[in-house]
Amino acid sequence: MTGISKSFGGITVLDEVDFDLRPGEVHILAGENGAGKSTLMKILAGVHRDYNGEVSLKGQTVRFRSPREAYDHGIAVIYQELSLVDSMSIAENLHLGREKVRGGAWIDRKGQREAAESMLRAAGIALDTTREAEHYPLSSRQMVEIARALSRNADVVVMDEPTSALNEVEVEGLFGLMRSITQRGCGVIYITHKLEEIFRIGGRITVLRDGKNVWTSSMNEVSRDSLIAKMVGREVETRFPYAEITPGETLLRVKELHVSGESPGMQAEINVSFALRAGEVVGLAGLRGSGNSEVLQALFGAFPGCVTGRIELAGWVTERSNPREAIDQQVALLTNDRKGNGLVMELSVRENITLPSLRRFSKAGWLRRKAEDRIARTQADALRIRATSITQEVGTLSGGNQQKVVFAKWLETQPRVLLLDDPTRGVDVGAKQEIYELIMQLKRERCAMLLVSSETPELLGLCDRILVMNEGRIVQEFTRSEATQEDLLHAALGLSRFGDA
Amino acid sequence: MQHWDYRGLAMLEKSSTRTPVVTLLRSPVARAVVSLTLVFALGLIFNAEGAFLHWETHRDMLRQVSVYGILACGMTIVIITGGIDLAVGSILGLTAVVFSLGAIHWGLPPWQAVLLALAVGSACGALSGGLIARFSIQPFIATLAMMVFARGLAKFVSGGQKISTAVQQADGSYHYVDTPPIFNTLGSRVLSDDLAVVTVILLLCLAAAWVFLARLRWGRYMYAIGGNEEASWLAGVPVKGMKLLAYGLSGFFCAVAGICQAAQELQGDPEAGATYELNAIAIVVIGGTSLRGGRGNIWLTLLGILTIGYLEKVLSINAVGEESRLMLTGVIIIVAVLFQTRKS
Repeated sequence: MTGISKSFGGITVLDEVDFDLRPGEVHILAGENGAGKSTLMKILAGVHRDYNGEVSLKGQTVRFRSPREAYDHGIAVIYQELSLVDSMSIAENLHLGREKVRGGAWIDRKGQREAAESMLRAAGIALDTTREAEHYPLSSRQMVEIARALSRNADVVVMDEPTSALNEVEVEGLFGLMRSITQRGCGVIYITHKLEEIFRIGGRITVLRDGKNVWTSSMNEVSRDSLIAKMVGREVETRFPYAEITPGETLLRVKELHVSGESPGMQAEINVSFALRAGEVVGLAGLRGSGNSEVLQALFGAFPGCVTGRIELAGWVTERSNPREAIDQQVALLTNDRKGNGLVMELSVRENITLPSLRRFSKAGWLRRKAEDRIARTQADALRIRATSITQEVGTLSGGNQQKVVFAKWLETQPRVLLLDDPTRGVDVGAKQEIYELIMQLKRERCAMLLVSSETPELLGLCDRILVMNEGRIVQEFTRSEATQEDLLHAALGLSRFGDA
Repeated sequence: MQHWDYRGLAMLEKSSTRTPVVTLLRSPVARAVVSLTLVFALGLIFNAEGAFLHWETHRDMLRQVSVYGILACGMTIVIITGGIDLAVGSILGLTAVVFSLGAIHWGLPPWQAVLLALAVGSACGALSGGLIARFSIQPFIATLAMMVFARGLAKFVSGGQKISTAVQQADGSYHYVDTPPIFNTLGSRVLSDDLAVVTVILLLCLAAAWVFLARLRWGRYMYAIGGNEEASWLAGVPVKGMKLLAYGLSGFFCAVAGICQAAQELQGDPEAGATYELNAIAIVVIGGTSLRGGRGNIWLTLLGILTIGYLEKVLSINAVGEESRLMLTGVIIIVAVLFQTRKS
């Protein structure tokens, strides 16, 4: 792959990236969240069709138009999100899209079952192929997917953090499998955050940062520290408008907040204690799946029935059972998924801004439309939301402007505690800067903020303190002056800075 | 009107190079108006020797479509939340029976009979809504169950008989009672005979639904839930309560329709309203309210009511046989909906 560039709605995700894979090697693709690794692989797999640059396979230039076409050329991708159909049996899943048929249409169930069993055997897994996928744990299903990819004699196998849901034994099994397929001449592209794995199985490594190639090297020339330095990068390009303020009284105290692992989307049980003071910005660092984002959601009451522990807000002990209560206690959560759960895309700017505080904008149920208009206009002006009018549908705005609507909507609830989950995700540089300034303005107004970000420089630039999470627990705390990007990454990876690194 | 004016603006921005006429034509209201105009033009062309030009024809059309229209008011609210209510026809039948039983057999004062029917209808709707909200049952399934259940209940309370002024005695003989005056009132016409009372009731229902959707907080919540349920919940919207309310209101409108139906037929027929749910859904969808939820309004439903009403009327005054009428209606619904939902 040479000179690959790709942008989504004006935001450049990949910028002239080169990548190559040799037969029989394991090539690690590393970089922080949002560096562009997944996008690069999706281009290879035919998911994204409009990109600049050239992909060549065995000397021939190719441009896949669909994942199916890439598959037919011997490129198998195992995504982070599983792609098994829950309600179908393992055998049916393994043959999905290439059913064995007799007489043109009749599915050969016995043949499929036998083939499925031999596929699993080849991958070293033992499962009942007649049971539905939903009965198996995540790890088994992941192994089934790997077996499916391998069964199609792929020349290139892409694995996107395949071990995040596997236990140690299963990881060993997977590595064994990888060794046997590389011996067959198959190349593996392996995306991971885990340093241990990088050093165990990597042949070569390519590091991406902000959509650019940083470095490609053979693994035996690399040390742990130099690798981390490459991943985070030294230079911090953005200027953060940090405001030095003496924090006030403790506003929020969390004692042994426990979120059971059963709530949706959770990977590990969460158990944290910390305190937050007025006018303080505290970062919650951690890799994806470390539970930092879930802590914010739990504090907001978004996991009813799964949360225990003690939340004290300005001296009041609160029972958080739903978002309404959190809002009434002047806590606001800006989620990391505007489309999914941040905004109602069908409604206008005005209607989105007033939605959480609509009770203030109505009298005995009747909407006070003039007040609503006035406030929406004030907020839109204050945050410089660029829309043709406050009645414009939110879905037609740019990402940055949508995010400003999210801010406007929550500021209108007059929060004392603001939970920010990746507030600059999918936002262009200009809007980012405006959001940073807004955060500092809120800090001056004595708002307490808890910040999760997929961009470590943001945490370093905006926070007074940074708590680092790993597998649901806070493993280390840094003050603003002592935190460095390397230290944060070390801690987030579960390594101690002064330990065996 | 608030729910289409901003859409107009959004489109202006997207399609600034297009002429204003094209832009205007892309708004759902304009499309609904076009459908209605086409049907109306058909009526002018095939006017059955001038019959279409008489006010009586239009008055009768409005009367005939009123009951469907009242059901469509509740259906609009439910569809805006992203749901569907299949039980409206059955609840209409049930409330028609309950109303007739109360007013004729039990001799209740008219206002008590009306309140009783409204309470029964709202309760049935709220029960569907409760199942949907509390147990996350899909609206299609929950209201399908209610559709069957309410029809059974209607037959149970009526003993399988039409509830009319012929009251069966203990010895099996029939004894005729006077028609309660409320039946005559609701079945009559006003404005020097120019408008049916049921049409007036339809207009009141449309006004009530408009106030609810466009002027009340809970109406706004309906749009929010239909647009993005999770975002609404995270914004503190009482999602479950609002779903209960939406289906409860639908049940309330069903009861209004049931009372009107009983008054016009001078009896409570436990079979009344069968397949009416399809008419109500067709009206809402032809108007252009999105089945995906979050978009639409009561004006679109008014246009849908008129479109369906005129369609049926044009076919009937031209003495098109029932077979052809049904087939043509099916075809025209699809054409109208394709026209309405075509992506720009």
